[in-house]
Amino acid sequence: MKALAARRRHPLALVVLIALGLLVMGAAYAAFAPRPAEASTDARGDADRGRELFLANCSTCHGLQAQGTRNGPTLIGVGAASVDFQVGTGRMPLAATAPQAPDREDIDFTEQDVADLSAWVASLAPGPAIPDGEFLEPLDDDEAIADGGELFRINCAMCHNVAGAGGALTRGKVAPPLMGVEPVHVYEAMVTGPQSMPVFNDANLTPEQKQNIISYLTYIENQPAPGGLSLGSIGPVSEGLFAWLVGLGALIGCAVWLGAKSS
Amino acid sequence: MSTSGEQGGLAKRLRGKKRNARPGTAVATSEAAVYDDQSGPGTEVERDTGHLPDRFANPGLRPHVHRMADTDPAAARRAERQVTTLFGISAIGTVMLIVAYFAFPLEGTFESIRLSNLTLGLGMGLSLFGLGVGAVHWAKTLMPDSDVVEERHDLHGSDTDREMAVDILKTGTDESGIGRRPLIRNSLLGAAALLPLPGVLLLGDLGPLPGRKLSETLWGEGVRLASDPSGTPIRASDVTLGSVFHVIPEGLNESSHPLEEKAKAAVLLLRIEPEKVEDVPEREGWDVDGIFAYSKICTHVGCPVALYEQQTHHLLCPCHQSTFDVTQHCKVIFGPAKRALPQLPISVDDEGYLIAQRDFEEPVGPSYWERG
Amino acid sequence: MSQNTTARVAGGTADFLDQRLGASKVVRGMARKVFPDHWSFMLGEITLYSFIVLLLSGTFLTLWFVPSMGITTYEGAYAPLNGVEMSEAFASTLHISFDVRGGLLMRQIHHWAALLFVAAMTVHMFRTFFTGAFRRPRELNWVLGSILLLLGLGAGFTGYSLPDDLLSGNGLRIIDGILKSIPVIGTYTSFFIFGGEFPGEVIVPRLFITHVLLIPGLLLAIIGAHVGLVALNKHTQYPGPGRTNNNVIGFPLFPVYAAKAGGFFFIVFGVIAFMGAVATINPVWNYGPYDPSPISAGTQPDWYIGFLDGALRLMPGWEFTVAGFTVPVNVLVPAVILPGLLTTVLALYPFIEAWATGDHRPHHLLDRPRNVPTRTGIGVMAIIFYGILWADGGNDILATFLHLSINDLTWIFRVGLIVLPALGFWVTKRICLGLQRKDREIALHGRETGRIVRTADGEFFEVHEQLSDHDRWLLVQHEPHRPIELEPDTDENGVARPGARKDRVRQKISRWYFEDRVEPVTPADLEAQHAEHHEAVESGTERRESIGAGD
Repeated sequence: MKALAARRRHPLALVVLIALGLLVMGAAYAAFAPRPAEASTDARGDADRGRELFLANCSTCHGLQAQGTRNGPTLIGVGAASVDFQVGTGRMPLAATAPQAPDREDIDFTEQDVADLSAWVASLAPGPAIPDGEFLEPLDDDEAIADGGELFRINCAMCHNVAGAGGALTRGKVAPPLMGVEPVHVYEAMVTGPQSMPVFNDANLTPEQKQNIISYLTYIENQPAPGGLSLGSIGPVSEGLFAWLVGLGALIGCAVWLGAKSS
Repeated sequence: MSTSGEQGGLAKRLRGKKRNARPGTAVATSEAAVYDDQSGPGTEVERDTGHLPDRFANPGLRPHVHRMADTDPAAARRAERQVTTLFGISAIGTVMLIVAYFAFPLEGTFESIRLSNLTLGLGMGLSLFGLGVGAVHWAKTLMPDSDVVEERHDLHGSDTDREMAVDILKTGTDESGIGRRPLIRNSLLGAAALLPLPGVLLLGDLGPLPGRKLSETLWGEGVRLASDPSGTPIRASDVTLGSVFHVIPEGLNESSHPLEEKAKAAVLLLRIEPEKVEDVPEREGWDVDGIFAYSKICTHVGCPVALYEQQTHHLLCPCHQSTFDVTQHCKVIFGPAKRALPQLPISVDDEGYLIAQRDFEEPVGPSYWERG
Repeated sequence: MSQNTTARVAGGTADFLDQRLGASKVVRGMARKVFPDHWSFMLGEITLYSFIVLLLSGTFLTLWFVPSMGITTYEGAYAPLNGVEMSEAFASTLHISFDVRGGLLMRQIHHWAALLFVAAMTVHMFRTFFTGAFRRPRELNWVLGSILLLLGLGAGFTGYSLPDDLLSGNGLRIIDGILKSIPVIGTYTSFFIFGGEFPGEVIVPRLFITHVLLIPGLLLAIIGAHVGLVALNKHTQYPGPGRTNNNVIGFPLFPVYAAKAGGFFFIVFGVIAFMGAVATINPVWNYGPYDPSPISAGTQPDWYIGFLDGALRLMPGWEFTVAGFTVPVNVLVPAVILPGLLTTVLALYPFIEAWATGDHRPHHLLDRPRNVPTRTGIGVMAIIFYGILWADGGNDILATFLHLSINDLTWIFRVGLIVLPALGFWVTKRICLGLQRKDREIALHGRETGRIVRTADGEFFEVHEQLSDHDRWLLVQHEPHRPIELEPDTDENGVARPGARKDRVRQKISRWYFEDRVEPVTPADLEAQHAEHHEAVESGTERRESIGAGD
């Protein structure tokens, strides 16, 4: 203790203190932060409980009978899949009106909550159901992945980018990146067409084709970039930035060293 | 550095070498250069305008500052060791590259490719960088770094050179006789003018003439709308509200030039509530219950207009952000495009498949001169 | 080998070369040529060495690349493309990347070197511009440099279009749209270049020969002339003590520059190799083969073409028809007229400035940018103009990552393009003039030492340390540029002088260039300032300590 006190005026003492403070705050946050909910297809939903949750969290914008208001569209007929996607990824409840409903890590609902909400909305009118586990399994064979890749490039890459890095839409909206998204959410998004995304019903992309797309996404997510750092996979913009800042910067640095008089 | 000397030092500082520059005002004429004076600051020509020169004189080179390696043999040896080490690093890099070439073969997995790329590249980089830095460090620390002065000389020849050159040219021209023989001169010019023409002409078969190709696509009466890329025809009932299908004419994949045809015939199929779409009498009956088909080729410079925003009913082209409003028959509402996307008139055949009624009524894609 | 043997072999070789090539004369003339030493003179070298790296890595790639658009089916390491039909060009690119040891490394080195080649060329151009190195006798070299810049853009564009992938294929699609927009000959040009309808089957082989033979041939020839002219005219140098317009001060070619410049080549090559080792560039497998139907979000050309893409995005949708013929102004202006104008003004700038300022003397001493505020302002203005176009080329990426609306960004850039360059010019000019004033003040008054001296009367003086002659030289050596004065329009008989109107225009431009100026300190100024200061010091009490400037 004395040794510690003796060093209290050390120039690095402040640095140590700050580091300690950050460590404590970080640990506390990690311990107490809400865990992300995982929407699972296994939980049985209780529609009555779902209605309670709905009234408490969703009815302000979507209406007491989910009929829709000025602030939120009707949910009649959107199906369990929509709810599982929107609430499961944290997009809903939407905190404030904005161009984009972003996905969030910190979801206030548990798996059971999401299942209950889905069950209640599904009970209102027929709509897309939470997808069958059979088509959510990413396949390992080349043919499926190749088919998925081709379908992805034609149907998805123009918004989400060929590597799923995300892209811009009009007026501040974005098509989000797809890396780290659960297969079930990918499937549900295709089926329900959330927010700006169009609907890809089973006649447009069959369940097998959807599974192939999921397989493709899983494949590229698990592949390391063979050339080194991927630089975000967004193409010539980041490459140009890297060339100017890192490449030319390093070379100009070397040139300055070269021209400087040696000691 | 040192502070200045006494009052008298002012004259001493200005060492009496003055410039032969005229003051800066000069006169513009149409032909002469304005500042004829060939000398710049710091030349050694005297000029008398009172006891002070017009401009400061060049103080000459700074006194040379020696490097450690110049005066201290230990420092020189240290520099030598550093250079040697750097060259040694270069050699290690080369060895690393050679070893990596054999030790990390490509096994068809991205991990192996990444590892090979990294090790080969790092080895190569080290071998080159080490050599370069070593050579530069050698020059900086050990090679003489005293300033060397070299005089510049005017590039242009002396007056004698110039006179003689003019004479030579004159003599040569006279000897050729071209001045005295206008027939030769004129026929030469004529022949020379004609000569390059075949050079252009011989490129004539670079490509066919456009003809009517730009205004015709594979779409025609009864051609089914099919999924891109599989080519399976699409039923009207498949297209639900909010859907977008990427479409090609049925049979495109079997055509002789599929990519060229697709570059004109690619179509977007989508369904929207009919009441949301503006009523245009000429387009009556072009849709099927709110199922509309529009050309996918942007009318700006031809990228595929592939982004469909379901809620706003806008089509966005990702290249230059031209935005088309489906509710106004794909009129341009933002961006550099001018013309709306051409609409493909569609109907349903007796099996329920969507078909085109005829080809587009205007050329698809970017504008061109003969478009009309 | 012993000393004697080495000496004999060396002597024999030297004699061999001298007898056949006159080598001793070359060595005598060239080997001790002096080059000035400044890091900013290395920028041209970065460009040159990147070009050599491009030649070497490019040759490697040609040993495996198949410049054909014939259809083949891919079977290989990358699962998502297995069984997919693609062109031979694309398939061979995948083969190089995945199956050839060092192939991916060479592809990446080649592409990084290409980006650096144009980047270094651009920065080298800035240095040459802002220091006025393009003035007589080097105007021709500047014109050659402008041509090299264009050729560099062409080499890059033809090069990255060779793999026939989705990204570069869409770039070609845009080129086709631009060609078609040209009045009268547009569609014919498009069909001739692509051998028919887009995409056709010949564009890749045609681009290939352009990329590996025609453009590099021109580049090599013009680079040779460019560097040759530097050797002929001798390199310019920054002003400084001892440096005049009639000398060149630096180090001799052999051995110092041979080591430094030679070493720098390996440094440049090494850095590019490191980049190829650790950073992915142009992952064509992600994009897949070109097809006119799909497209990726974030479709941009390589950075040096980005300003053209940005111009295309910024332009409003204007188009008009006359007598049944369409003129797409929205494509012609940004993609044809704008680059033509920019290149012409760029190439002709040395002649424009010489005409406007009336300064036709040869200059071998560089300008400090602050001493030529109008030129510096013009340069900054041009950079801002270009920079806005360049930034707009990535507006969708900016929108995605900065959470902005692409529509708002487009409008911001549109307005900015008109307003910001002029603003930048004015701000730059003011900054330059301010720096000149500061230089003048330091030349006159010396540097503040921070030592305050209090006299017996209670007056405080900060001791200023006068500059040495060497230090002052840099601040006072520059030419006072003054506007041209006009001759009268008519001579004494009232006859109008020919060329009077042109001269009036010229005088106006010259005044715009030089009216706002700060004169450099002259010896008279310095003496006057000393006298003033001494008066101020003298007037006061008799007991005075010798302090401050001049004592």
